[in-house]
Amino acid sequence: MVSTIEVSEIHKAYGAVKAVDGVSLEVEAGEFFGILGPNGAGKTTTLEIIEGLRQADAGQVRLFGSSPWPRNSAVLPRIGVQLQASSFFERLTAREQIRTFASLYGVGPKKADEMLDVVGLSDKADTRAEKLSGGQMQRLSIACALVHDPELVFLDEPTAALDPQARRNLWDLLRAINTQGRTIVLTTHYMDEAEILCDRVAIMDRGKILQSGPPAELVRGLDAATHIAIETGVLPVEEARRMFDGTVEVDDDGVSLTFVTRTPAPVLATLAERNALRGLSVRGATLEDVFLNLTGREYRA
Amino acid sequence: MNRGFVSLSRAMLLGFVRDRTALFFTILFPLMFLALFGGLLKNQGVSRSQVVEVGQVAVLDQLPADAKAEISKVLDVTKMADPAKALDAVRKGDYAAAIEQQGDQVVVRYSAADLVRAGTVRGIMESLVQQSNLALAGTPPRLKLNSEQVEDKSLTAIQFVTPGLLGWAIATGATFGAAMTLVTWREKRILRRLRLSPVSIGSVIGARVGVSIGVALVQTAIFLGVGLLPYFGLKLSSYWWMSIPVILVGTLSFLSIGLLAGAWAKTQEAANVIAQLVVLPMAFLSGSFFPLDSAPKWLQTVAQIFPLRHLNQAMLDVMVRGKGPEAVLPQMGILAGFAIVVTALAAWLFRWDDV
Ligand SMILES: Nc1ncnc2c1ncn2[C@@H]1O[C@H](COP(=O)(O)OP(=O)(O)OP(=O)(O)O)[C@@H](O)[C@H]1O
Ligand SMILES: [Mg+2]
Repeated sequence: MVSTIEVSEIHKAYGAVKAVDGVSLEVEAGEFFGILGPNGAGKTTTLEIIEGLRQADAGQVRLFGSSPWPRNSAVLPRIGVQLQASSFFERLTAREQIRTFASLYGVGPKKADEMLDVVGLSDKADTRAEKLSGGQMQRLSIACALVHDPELVFLDEPTAALDPQARRNLWDLLRAINTQGRTIVLTTHYMDEAEILCDRVAIMDRGKILQSGPPAELVRGLDAATHIAIETGVLPVEEARRMFDGTVEVDDDGVSLTFVTRTPAPVLATLAERNALRGLSVRGATLEDVFLNLTGREYRA
Repeated sequence: MNRGFVSLSRAMLLGFVRDRTALFFTILFPLMFLALFGGLLKNQGVSRSQVVEVGQVAVLDQLPADAKAEISKVLDVTKMADPAKALDAVRKGDYAAAIEQQGDQVVVRYSAADLVRAGTVRGIMESLVQQSNLALAGTPPRLKLNSEQVEDKSLTAIQFVTPGLLGWAIATGATFGAAMTLVTWREKRILRRLRLSPVSIGSVIGARVGVSIGVALVQTAIFLGVGLLPYFGLKLSSYWWMSIPVILVGTLSFLSIGLLAGAWAKTQEAANVIAQLVVLPMAFLSGSFFPLDSAPKWLQTVAQIFPLRHLNQAMLDVMVRGKGPEAVLPQMGILAGFAIVVTALAAWLFRWDDV
């Protein structure tokens, strides 16, 4: 069976800027794949080359086994795309927008209205697209990408402008779509989002994929420290330092007292014994740490 | 393919009717000119009409001196003895009409080649006859010819103002429509989004052509409707319907200009300026605002490069001059050829997006 997406060694330069510098990846049917990276990493460029919006300078792209460039009308009905910058017809309401897009795929108005409801825009149906808030536009744009039930969905920073509630709703929606067997490729700046949603992620920086794999595996391979925090004032800092003989890094920032350790179990046990667990939080290594480890730079989206 | 065409046409049409500025400049603004020209010029004559007086025509010859002077402002009377010769001259187009008096009957013979002039002459003669009838009935003869009465019925500027301004309106609508759609859709990334949907380029262009033609037909209906109001008194000749196919090819040629401007320009502002720079001079040099008859020969020759010139000529021919359908075929050919060449150029320059 052919993979849904096969990309080998694609390159794209804008003048001296190597936007994409030798990217290879493969996405199987039904997978939830994430591309992670800071601004300018080349995520959008990579995605647009795969979609067939841009031509790679070198390398090969296969989408359902055939090339998306130049415009390949056989694959177009099978993909749904949300571009990073929203694109709407002028002076049309939200409902008219999605109905127009739906009809381009032969989908009726009823399904279009349902989709509007799914992204929570029913009460904004008669508002012109240019008068929607940033997050509402984003949701409309996602709805337009999903309205024809595509087999493969490309989402470029779908949660960028969303409030926490809308973000969670979208996660649920995307999970549901993925459970139906559809393939999703998204880009994001948010490490937590990638960890929660994706089966596999590729971490990108400066046009290259640094590492890829299931998020849990990447984190495990890291052997990073665990951060244990309790409320400041429960324990004096000096006493905490003494408790662990300096084997554990202790820090108090005035809000929480944090222990950084590679052996969290005895630390937790000791704290429990002293009944000093008020405001406890335990944070293991995250993709953020993976990024830090890979690039030597703090991850700043 | 078909469904794309329908829904894109709808989207474009809604975008247009909700755009107050576009509506104003494609419909209301030209209409204001029509009301202005049609109303103001109502009492103003076209140049003198040349007529032949065959033998003696009492209503002309026996006019008081000051009335004669008044009449000579609008009629250039040449005397001829031979009726056959006179008719021949009218047929050739040397004169607008031949006037003869047989007993109590004043006969005006005119050619359909120029209905405006023929109408002018007829109107003047009618009022003269009426006046002399009044005089014979014993009413004191008016010493001065009431010029209003004469000109009201005859010299209707509306006849040439309507086709010209309609041509300008259509040129504005189609050129700006195509240019702005292309640039705005590119700028707003709708073209890139459409590129990723299974809609054919043919549907996208077809939708634009369809909407523009629809707009042009609505403009035509409104202009003729207003012109035909009794106040303006437009009189259409019998082959006026032939102006519809003429308008269709004309619209295509303006669309091609708009597509070219839209393919070339990067921003809405640039597209706007380019379209403006083409449409306004074109409208002036194509006789949309005033007839070019008195313009220098070289200017008239230069004006031939503008599709609007040919559209205006063709519309005048079939709407008011009473020419037959076959008379405008050459102009339609020129318009179609223009559209094909310029569209090909635009297709060659076409870009889905800016990058
Ligand atoms: N059309 C273009 N012309 C010139 N340079 C470009 C163009 N598009 C992208 N670039 C450059 O290519 C690099 C990668 O851009 P890209 O948009 O792929 O980044 P990204 O990972 O999507 O970033 P972001 O998170 O900000 O969306 C950047 O340095 C950008 O400046
Ligand atoms: Mg991007």
